[in-house]
Amino acid sequence: MLSGGDMLIRALRDEGVTTVFGYPGGAALHIYDAIFRQQDVKHILVRHEQAATHAADAYSRSTGEVGTVLVTSGPGATNAITGIATAYMDSIPMVVLSGQVVSERIGEDAFQETDMVGISRPIVKHSFMVRDARDIPEVVKKAYYIARTGRPGPVVIDIPKDITNPFDTYPYEYPEKVKIRSYTPATRGHAGQIKKAVQLMLDAKRPVIYAGGGVVQGNGSELLTDIARKLNYPVTNTLMGLGAYPGSDRQFLGMLGMHGTYEANMAMHHADAILAVGARFDDRVTNAVNKFCPNAKIIHIDVDPASISKTVTADIPIVGAVDSVLSEMLALILESEQKPDASAVKNWWEQIDEWRDNHGIYTAPRYDNSGEKIMPQDVIKTLHEVTGGDAYITSDVGQHQMFAAQYYLFDKPRRWINSGGLGTMGFGLPAAMGVQMAHRDAVVACVTGEGSIQMCIEELSALKQYHLPVKIICLNNQALGMVRQWQDMQYDSRYSESLYEDSLPDFIKLMDAYGHVGIRVTKKEELKAKMEECFAMKDRVVFMDIAVDTSEHVYPMQIAGASMRDMWLSKTERT
Amino acid sequence: MRRIISVLMENAPGSLSRVVGLFSQRGYNIESLTVAPTEDETLSRLTLTTIGDDHKIEQITKHLNKLIDVVKLVDLTEGAHIEREVMLIKVKAAGAQRAEIKRCVDIFRGQIVDVTASLYIIQITGTSDKLDAFLQAVGDASILEVVRSGVSGIARGEKVLSL
Repeated sequence: MLSGGDMLIRALRDEGVTTVFGYPGGAALHIYDAIFRQQDVKHILVRHEQAATHAADAYSRSTGEVGTVLVTSGPGATNAITGIATAYMDSIPMVVLSGQVVSERIGEDAFQETDMVGISRPIVKHSFMVRDARDIPEVVKKAYYIARTGRPGPVVIDIPKDITNPFDTYPYEYPEKVKIRSYTPATRGHAGQIKKAVQLMLDAKRPVIYAGGGVVQGNGSELLTDIARKLNYPVTNTLMGLGAYPGSDRQFLGMLGMHGTYEANMAMHHADAILAVGARFDDRVTNAVNKFCPNAKIIHIDVDPASISKTVTADIPIVGAVDSVLSEMLALILESEQKPDASAVKNWWEQIDEWRDNHGIYTAPRYDNSGEKIMPQDVIKTLHEVTGGDAYITSDVGQHQMFAAQYYLFDKPRRWINSGGLGTMGFGLPAAMGVQMAHRDAVVACVTGEGSIQMCIEELSALKQYHLPVKIICLNNQALGMVRQWQDMQYDSRYSESLYEDSLPDFIKLMDAYGHVGIRVTKKEELKAKMEECFAMKDRVVFMDIAVDTSEHVYPMQIAGASMRDMWLSKTERT
Repeated sequence: MRRIISVLMENAPGSLSRVVGLFSQRGYNIESLTVAPTEDETLSRLTLTTIGDDHKIEQITKHLNKLIDVVKLVDLTEGAHIEREVMLIKVKAAGAQRAEIKRCVDIFRGQIVDVTASLYIIQITGTSDKLDAFLQAVGDASILEVVRSGVSGIARGEKVLSL
């Protein structure tokens, strides 16, 4: 016989949950007492509930398991909202347990009461309010099932305090299976459509494979790589898809979209066949939809039917799990007598190589690093070199995020952890905490800026408590860089509220106060040595405050309202 | 184009708010909405009318289907169907008006369900167009209050929306 609180934690254990990120408070105290009295589920005490959601989210992104969050009612719940929205936009499986005021007080504006189910409704895949303690095992089972299947997403379980009270106990049994009659996520794709898709790809003269976060989430990276190599077709990844195809491979064109590479955007624009896998034709990818890839037939594979033809109409839509569809495609390609048109593909590669030679960011530096200043791009290249390209990289949001996406060539999936859809500043540091919790011996670095890092900087304290030696690579350009870039390009350099007027903290002293190590880098020639010094301190949190060129912009940058191929290539040069 | 979408969903707390929330969240329009439990009390039947082109309606039905509480749905306007709406209307009916309004009710096959010395309450059932036409015939000057149920609908013939 178990109380509701004990049942909840037992159910988490039986679901295979080992780590919960959270913060206690009144309505959750019965649950916290249940946590105290067991060893199976480890709780990580964050310093702000937003960080709990980001940490659980990144834990999930780096492992493929469902992240788990526990917060109290009212402000605990509302603080979790930004992180839930972040996970929702990037389709990350997560379960958020929120305490609620006792059942009979609900609706009376009780202390720390907020309608969590209502507030979170537009940013969750589903939510539950527990009304009877006996329902806890089934609700937990359903929540994890919903969160991780189909198109994954966050699920909220709101639990009134009386439900978890220690006095009422019930028999406990965790269900082995769950069936929800109104929920049947897509699995296999339509065989006829898959056949048509393979035919279109084999007939293509100028094919491109465009892969998104769904390939990472859907464990389709190896299959995608096999297909691309078998066909010798070029691959581009979205921001969320980086690592789905090896970044250092010859067939990889780099990221596409607003800050995508010249060759990726040009190849997309001129393609005659596009295989879109687990990507959603986001506005940061397509630029103006009516000018998007005018000559291409589009195959769109997605587990979510609502993603298909949402913004760009698919010629061959395939609803299904990415791994299942790709393995069927690969089998058909292997058994097909028809091979890709070798001469057409050769011509296509010659064209792509010409684009690379002319403006590609990997064939030569397309920024001026001849001066005294440290260029942000060089920081990322040095980071790649020092970590052997094998670190988990989390990032915040802004210029540093784009530089990291462009220059840290991810060879494996689940190594690049960033807030793509929502663009949540403050994500990076708690995300690094979540990743390090999941991979205690791995190298985890958070690429951030002096703006973003201040949004969840309080987690330096949690990193200390749990001995999580993440490395923080701060590209300090003394400004909200991406805001300032747009102000340079569109507002005649009127820097409205993007500068701090000498108010930045001394990050080195701050690190000292938290019991961590701070390293300041101001000279170009000392960058690499200091970064090596940073990563040599394997058991310490180290913050590298790197003074980078304050005026640098991220390029290429697509020109708004135009097609994929219309880009600024530098401050003065455009296509 | 006006569409009637009929939804079979779990009769559970919060189900309706998810459907309504979806429409406001994604900028879709709801013209009318009616919901009640079915003969199986674990299920509710919700009928809504909305306006949009094919692309928008496709998105609406896909997103509705994604809601965990939605079991099944059908766009009734895709095939032959019957639609009905009930309207209760309170009108001024004094002097010469009384006979005039009574005649109008008869023409529209409505019923007078309550009478006082100075007013009628009329019940009319039919398609939304018919109800609109009746309101026009009676005229704004006599109308005191109008209550419409929203559209309910069912497919003609063999087609059944059930588990």
